[in-house]
Amino acid sequence: MTGKRMSALIWIWTLFVVVAIYLPILCGALASFNKSRYFGFPIKVYSTEWWAKTVDSIEIGMIVKTSISVALLVTLFSVVIATFGALAFARYDWKGRRLYQKLILLPIFFPQPVLGLAMLLGFNAVGIQTSWMTAVFAHMVWIVPVVTLVIAIQVYGFDPSLEEAAFDLGCSRLQVFREVTLPLLWPGIWSGMLFAFLLSWSNFPLSLYTTGADSTIPEWLYAKMVAGYTPMVPALGTMATLGAAALLLTGGLVGMLVRRRAAA
Amino acid sequence: MSDIALAPVAESPAQIRHARRLSAGARCAMPVAVLLGIGFLAPLVAIFGYAFATPRSFDVFRSFTLENFATLFDPANTVWVSFVWSCGLALTTVAILAVLAYPIAYGLNMVFGRWSAFISVLFVFPLFVSENVRLYGWVLFYIKNGVLDGTLKWLGLPGGPEVLFTPGITLFGMVYTYLPFMLFPMTLGLALVPRDLVDAARDLGAGRLFIWREIELPLAMPGILIGMLLTFVLAIGATAEAKILGGQSIIVISHDIEIAFTYSQNWPLGSAMAVVVTFFIAGLTLFALSKLDLDRMLGRR
Repeated sequence: MTGKRMSALIWIWTLFVVVAIYLPILCGALASFNKSRYFGFPIKVYSTEWWAKTVDSIEIGMIVKTSISVALLVTLFSVVIATFGALAFARYDWKGRRLYQKLILLPIFFPQPVLGLAMLLGFNAVGIQTSWMTAVFAHMVWIVPVVTLVIAIQVYGFDPSLEEAAFDLGCSRLQVFREVTLPLLWPGIWSGMLFAFLLSWSNFPLSLYTTGADSTIPEWLYAKMVAGYTPMVPALGTMATLGAAALLLTGGLVGMLVRRRAAA
Repeated sequence: MSDIALAPVAESPAQIRHARRLSAGARCAMPVAVLLGIGFLAPLVAIFGYAFATPRSFDVFRSFTLENFATLFDPANTVWVSFVWSCGLALTTVAILAVLAYPIAYGLNMVFGRWSAFISVLFVFPLFVSENVRLYGWVLFYIKNGVLDGTLKWLGLPGGPEVLFTPGITLFGMVYTYLPFMLFPMTLGLALVPRDLVDAARDLGAGRLFIWREIELPLAMPGILIGMLLTFVLAIGATAEAKILGGQSIIVISHDIEIAFTYSQNWPLGSAMAVVVTFFIAGLTLFALSKLDLDRMLGRR
């Protein structure tokens, strides 16, 4: 087989898989524009009625607010912790580094439903009432390691001699961090922030056990899928997807500008 | 002469900085370590405590019994069936994904060129859409009068196959959900293969298959292994696929654990199951990670 033919086959295969990946998301979007209460295809009457109802719903408004609050707090805390974590992961040569590099991966490799249950037990054992605030903590346990890896990739490309030069020129530790370290790592930190927000926004297994009486979007969707389906399920699901896409798009654009400015 | 002999004792600024740097790494790791200590290790200790508590009770750390484990390993119990299902599904998922993702990973490295970044984003994005939403989309696709069935009927064909709520569709859901977790480590792994080595082999007259077997595959192995491990472990813990798509035609181990905690309120038994799963996963993960050089994988050094 010639190289060109193989390349063509790889292109076709990849496009086929991409289409398959987005097919169910598209099906959800279609279902949300169906006027009748039960889904049937081809759709007989299209309407935006369920979108309007979803936007107007007070219950959904609260759920969206909870989801955003959780994701914002997770992003804020995770990125700070993970930036230092990434420096320890990739920048410094220290005694416990090999072990630390491996242990930090364990939560990522751990099944989230079991992790969520374990945390519920933990909160229960020390007498903490679960609410959306405990969910922030729960999300961080899984998201901080992911964000650490994302930022660590940036740290690997970091030249430590720049920091040393700043020290030699008489900068204080804080000045070096603010003027040298942070700007150099900024593209990585920025992607880390996007990851943290979006992963928290879409997380279901950890939220399920750790939000207590509060509810996030994925939880509400799941509850309605299992019992009491309404076309608000695909409508809210599609809105959440569009929100994530918009965030990723603007985030990507800002990231590109940041990179371009860093390169200039 | 004596002052020359003494000279090495006085540390140069560089040496002092070096000594300080050793501790700087540990200090930077501190917040993460504290978070994971409280949020990851402590809950596991709690689960461990509950696993040895009297069945159907909540007296953690006050009683010690092996009864829960005895129940688990009792042949009359069906828990092992769930465990076998979970392992079997996870293994099959890994095998399918390895074949499915390899051409894409290869393409991202060698074929797509400047399109690579964009195609990567296309594969990352679904991670930010809740798993529930995506799996439910497949229900809408496959359900009677759904997108597939409806389209086929509209074309005058007999309609779609009834695949929902079978073990097969559960497997399909897992392959679908865990694709990115196989693809990205694999792509990283393939990026480690030096291009000039492949070119040199080709110049020396090696065939495509030979290059693949002797150079590409062995050098990309660390990434492929991480991908396999990640997908296997995540698939063992999967529940949503079996629930939403599979309609519980098969019961997976995470679902059994969940039922023990919620419906039957037998926390000690659920904990014992979780402990068994945890040991299985932790053993596998630590074993595999001990074979990998993360600095080389992520830093491409």
